[in-house]
Amino acid sequence: MGMRPLGQRCFAPLHVAIVFALACAICDVRPLPAQSGEERMLAAGVPGHAGGRIAVALRAEPKTLNPVLAADGPSRDVIRCITADLIHINRESQKTEPALAKSWRVSRDGRQYTLRLRQGVRFSDGQPFTADDVVFTFQVYLDEQIHSPQRDLLVIGGKPLVVTKLDDATIRFDLPQPYAAAERLFDSLAILPKHLLEAAYRDGTFSQAWGLSAAPAQFAGLGPFRLKQYVPGERIVLERNPYYWKEDQTHNRLPYLDEVSFLFVSNEDAQAIRFQAGDTDILSRFSAENYPVLEKQQAARAYHLFDLGPSLEYNFLFFNLNDLSAKNLPEVAKKQAWFQDVRFRQAVSAALDRDAIVRLVYNGRATPLWGHVTPGNKVWVDTKLAHPPRSLDRARNLLKSAGFIWEADGSLADSRANPVEFSILVSSSNAQRVKMATLIQDDLKQLGMNVHIVSLEFRGVVDRFLNTYDFEAGIMGLGGGEADPNSEMNVWLSTGGTHLWHTNQSAPATPWEAEMDRLMQQQLVTLDPAKRKRLYDRVQEIVAENLPVICLASPNILVGARDRVGNFQPAILDPYALWNVDQLYIH
Amino acid sequence: MTHRHKLWAALILLAGIHAIILFAGFFAPYDYAAQDREMPFAPPGRIEFFDASGELHIHPYVSIPRAADSPPDVAESAANPYHVYRVRFFVRGDSYKIAGLFPSRLHFFGVEAPRRAYLLGTDGFGRDQLSRFLYGGQISLLAGVLAAALCVSLGIFIGAISGFYGGWIDDLLMRGGELFLALPWLYLLFAVRAALPLHIAGWQVFLLLVCVIGAVGWARPARLIRGVVLSAKERKFVVAARGFGASDLYLLRRHVLPQTYGIVLTQMALLIPAYVLAEVTLTFLGLGVTEPMPSWGSLLSSLQQYYVLSSYWWMFLPALLLIPVFLAYYTAADALQERWKSVSL
Repeated sequence: MGMRPLGQRCFAPLHVAIVFALACAICDVRPLPAQSGEERMLAAGVPGHAGGRIAVALRAEPKTLNPVLAADGPSRDVIRCITADLIHINRESQKTEPALAKSWRVSRDGRQYTLRLRQGVRFSDGQPFTADDVVFTFQVYLDEQIHSPQRDLLVIGGKPLVVTKLDDATIRFDLPQPYAAAERLFDSLAILPKHLLEAAYRDGTFSQAWGLSAAPAQFAGLGPFRLKQYVPGERIVLERNPYYWKEDQTHNRLPYLDEVSFLFVSNEDAQAIRFQAGDTDILSRFSAENYPVLEKQQAARAYHLFDLGPSLEYNFLFFNLNDLSAKNLPEVAKKQAWFQDVRFRQAVSAALDRDAIVRLVYNGRATPLWGHVTPGNKVWVDTKLAHPPRSLDRARNLLKSAGFIWEADGSLADSRANPVEFSILVSSSNAQRVKMATLIQDDLKQLGMNVHIVSLEFRGVVDRFLNTYDFEAGIMGLGGGEADPNSEMNVWLSTGGTHLWHTNQSAPATPWEAEMDRLMQQQLVTLDPAKRKRLYDRVQEIVAENLPVICLASPNILVGARDRVGNFQPAILDPYALWNVDQLYIH
Repeated sequence: MTHRHKLWAALILLAGIHAIILFAGFFAPYDYAAQDREMPFAPPGRIEFFDASGELHIHPYVSIPRAADSPPDVAESAANPYHVYRVRFFVRGDSYKIAGLFPSRLHFFGVEAPRRAYLLGTDGFGRDQLSRFLYGGQISLLAGVLAAALCVSLGIFIGAISGFYGGWIDDLLMRGGELFLALPWLYLLFAVRAALPLHIAGWQVFLLLVCVIGAVGWARPARLIRGVVLSAKERKFVVAARGFGASDLYLLRRHVLPQTYGIVLTQMALLIPAYVLAEVTLTFLGLGVTEPMPSWGSLLSSLQQYYVLSSYWWMFLPALLLIPVFLAYYTAADALQERWKSVSL
């Protein structure tokens, strides 16, 4: 194209292109000058300058832009950019900070939160934000008919929290029982514009509102950006919200960027390739295998990779300890006699080569784990937890004491001479967990155990773990969203739905699960952070001793960004790279 | 080269390949599951016949890239970034079973333990790719032969009945065949896999799935054979035999089916590689054999990943080695077809 002489026929499109470029330059939204009575929030980052656009890849097309209903990662990634919450968790410090609520007060018993709202704030369509919007928002989130995935968070001890408007600038939240660190609940609960969504809510059509097919004019949020364009199957383009309520150190209204585009790139390798090629400016979390490949071209292609160290995600091996009396699974039930013996689980844990997992699965960009709280969770990790090195001797002694014997050919058998043989279920779409299973299989072969690997499609795996219980052992990963233990109640309470090894128990099956229940409930209502930490440390010790989950490794958070992106401060909390999208700028 | 020569060349090559694969345990220097966790993605060792002083040796050497922290051996210079090991033939190593029956430890070649030489490099677990290729052939060729045999025998049975008896039987069977052609077999396989209990060994599941794809593929060969049978049963000598009172079974066995042998052999030679490729697809979809069992499909499926594709060229070698195997099969099919054509004329 560039080699062709610029003939008559080329002029028309060129003309159009120039006019279009001019039009774009004109139609870029300028930030609104400061308004009187507007209480803007000062952002901490280095002052940048306005203008420019960035592109980021999403692993799938969002399913909806309705913040109350969105459950999938891509939807929430986009929604986070176009909405705002009352109190926000700073992804870097992992602590709460004011957002739309400029301050809050907690009553002495920890059951009453009084929030002062920021005044003079406007939605991205120019309409003012008031206490009525907050009341409406919580009414929608708490409505059982709406089925919001976040509703569970707002129901404490079986009772929903109560929202009361005290005056135009003050909102009171009454909790049914004390709840530690309750202010963290407000994070990512997007405040909705009552003036746009109330009609749909009254008509009962709220679940159809703010779908992807809705016109940009139907949306308004309090986030740094607003919807500009959605091209199905290709991208979503956001433009600057001119009314955004944050300013930088030089009192310029944020955000700096004119536009943020989300491109839909389904495959992780394709994301890496498009980042390498310059199609995207930020690579938000990629897998460790691609690190050396991307690293080679860092200088030539003007980008940087960041290894932020261990994430909050913990991958683990666990055995099926569910009560199978109601299910017709004699093969699994027979093997549970081994799985229920803590010495068997301890022997398996002792035989695992966690360093090999870190090296061969994650290219060294991971941290071996002996407990479920990773070193990335600096506030909550129990640093006193022992890290016993791999020892086949210790494993053999444990098995011997549990009555296992070795046949002449070296294979392990239980006291009734049944050969020790079981399968590990993994999701076939997760190559890293399949690799872990392959290493574990080889490790356990050295104890004489015959391990099969069964890799099935992800939904089939989850269905077996949570519903049918038709599995013997499995590898899963959890964590990643929140640092606070309250987010893991469902995992550690014996009644929990993701208490993976034995879900939804009516009464704790073992004394240590009973103790864990007590500790988790207690930390939930304990307001003193130091006391809470001690309680949760004990939970970590119980998990490490009884090994309901045998923790393996936590992958490091790896992100990449072009050198031209300023203020880039990735964090180990989701969204790793875009949490401060309002402060990103182009050099 | 006449098609006769071509056929013999292809058959000899195929016999050689199958013999090597059958005795994979002997030709493979290591066990397919043996992990060398210090050597993930090690490049292939170089085979050299000349030593450092330029002298020729009958027994070749293998140069293995040396890890940065590993000290040079006595005979090696510190500047040389390679370990140099002498290749030995008929060495003792990992135990295996000859053709799955007789235990043995004898291997065709190897280097002195505890050293290991990887002629095709290693995969991400430090497993020898050459050994995995040879063992993987056992699974893949077995899958190919089994599925093709099943598919063709069903095809002969149904095609012969359909063509010989005609009428409503023919209609019923051929419409049934169309139904099978339209079957979304991928979903069928997913369903079969999901329905199987977990404690069945991976290779058993895999063979079962192979039988399923073999069994549902009968419609195409059945159509071809039906066509041949249709024309064969009208031949004068067949009609004459019938006139002499020959039974249906006798006619089919003695006069009609022998005329389909050419097409049966051609179909086999075409279907075996087709089903070997189907195995590759199954493994891509996670329906193949499970770790640590290798198959040609699983060796290739690692190439799906960008970092393997861009960083480790030797992971392509199994794909290159497959070319002569498929070429031999297709040449044989081609030559058989020519021969059958010239016979039937």
